[in-house]
Amino acid sequence: MDFSGRSIVSMRDFTREDIQHVVRRALEVKKGAYADCLRGKVLATLFFEPSTRTRLSFEAAMVRMGGQVFGFADPNVSSATKGETLSDTIRTVCGYCHVIAMRHRIEGAARLASEVSLVPVINAGDGANQHPTQTFLDLVTIQEEVGRLTNIRIGMLGDLKHGRTVHSLAMALSLFGAEFVFISPESLSMPEDLTAQLASAGLKFTEVRELSDIGKPLDVLYVTRIQKERFEDFQEYQKVAGSYRLTPAVLSQAGEKVRIMHPLPRVDEIAPEMDSLPNAVYFRQAHNGVPTRQALLGLVTGVIS
Amino acid sequence: MNEPKRAHKVYAIERGTVIDHIPSPMALKVINILGVTQQGILSVGINFPSEKLGHKDIVKVENLELTAEVTDRLSLVAPTATINIIEGWKVVEKRPIHLPREFVGILRCPNPKCVTNAEAARTRFLREGEGRTFAVRCAYCERLYRNPAELVV
Ligand SMILES: [Zn+2]
Repeated sequence: MDFSGRSIVSMRDFTREDIQHVVRRALEVKKGAYADCLRGKVLATLFFEPSTRTRLSFEAAMVRMGGQVFGFADPNVSSATKGETLSDTIRTVCGYCHVIAMRHRIEGAARLASEVSLVPVINAGDGANQHPTQTFLDLVTIQEEVGRLTNIRIGMLGDLKHGRTVHSLAMALSLFGAEFVFISPESLSMPEDLTAQLASAGLKFTEVRELSDIGKPLDVLYVTRIQKERFEDFQEYQKVAGSYRLTPAVLSQAGEKVRIMHPLPRVDEIAPEMDSLPNAVYFRQAHNGVPTRQALLGLVTGVIS
Repeated sequence: MNEPKRAHKVYAIERGTVIDHIPSPMALKVINILGVTQQGILSVGINFPSEKLGHKDIVKVENLELTAEVTDRLSLVAPTATINIIEGWKVVEKRPIHLPREFVGILRCPNPKCVTNAEAARTRFLREGEGRTFAVRCAYCERLYRNPAELVV
């Protein structure tokens, strides 16, 4: 397995073995391995679209491994405002650093950047398309909390139509033989493109409208935000959001052992009473962003094999 | 009444490429996608009767032997086409259309948020599925399109 020099653009680029390798390394990092291994390395964080949480997570990852960071957090300070193309910005910046983390609202921007860059590019989100480091940290969390990635039974709840995190996670888990329960209003259900892929891979999935229809207990319930803007009718939004709000009663439907995950930030899809339950893993999940990005930064710069 | 048999459909060429069995009326799309509009004499026949297709078109490109890499683009608009390479008035090679794994620079991504529309990037689409009803996925924005013929520039 050689990740050295490789860009992290899309979950579509990774095999089951690739994913297992990254997850293993991230858990080793978490146990204190590879300390200071990025000393002398420089990360450029190019955030053409602001995302404080993701950017800080990348910067923390780099600094904790002994590396250094420069970049911009806001497109208004980048040369893109002077009309420079993305390709030219990347061609220039790649000469200043050992690895680039970039976020852009344009879909496919990271792929294009990876094709012109002389150093690895890590996609920190390209519009509605991909956000692979989020998916890797989700997988690290599942491995850690459930104890395995293979054959898990996972429920996905909320806006499954627009949620790129659930799309990427479903695709990644499909390599491990997962069984899916998709819980959403009909207007926000999983895209047919994705369910067709799961079906052709021989995977089991069910689509239900209510939490009470989950069926057998779940290993994981992955909750996403339902955004007001997706509804034409505000009352309809309130009704849907209300019926999907998680309270401790969910354990009687999803099983006592279910791990509740959420990419954060949450609004009110998860009641605060849930936070103290052992089932609530969403804050630990968010913390896993740092060791996961540490492992990826180490792997693509070649200091971790 | 039986039609008299034609000696040559359109007319014979000494050297070049004959693309036969194009479903009608795709001949002009075929010329377009092959990018041969500026290259030598083209003759086009439209609406010949065909046993296999009902009606077919034929395109002849003189003095140009098109490679499989180029003619395989026809899987998008004329998958039934057959390619005949002509030298000295004779067919020296006959080949069908193969499905390429990817299409580079000949389709346009309809997603307005795709980077290929935001900056001058060469488009690239990956084929998904086998047979004549394949879909393509943009290598950049990763959207899937079930009617690739509609994306031909
Ligand atoms: Zn595209």
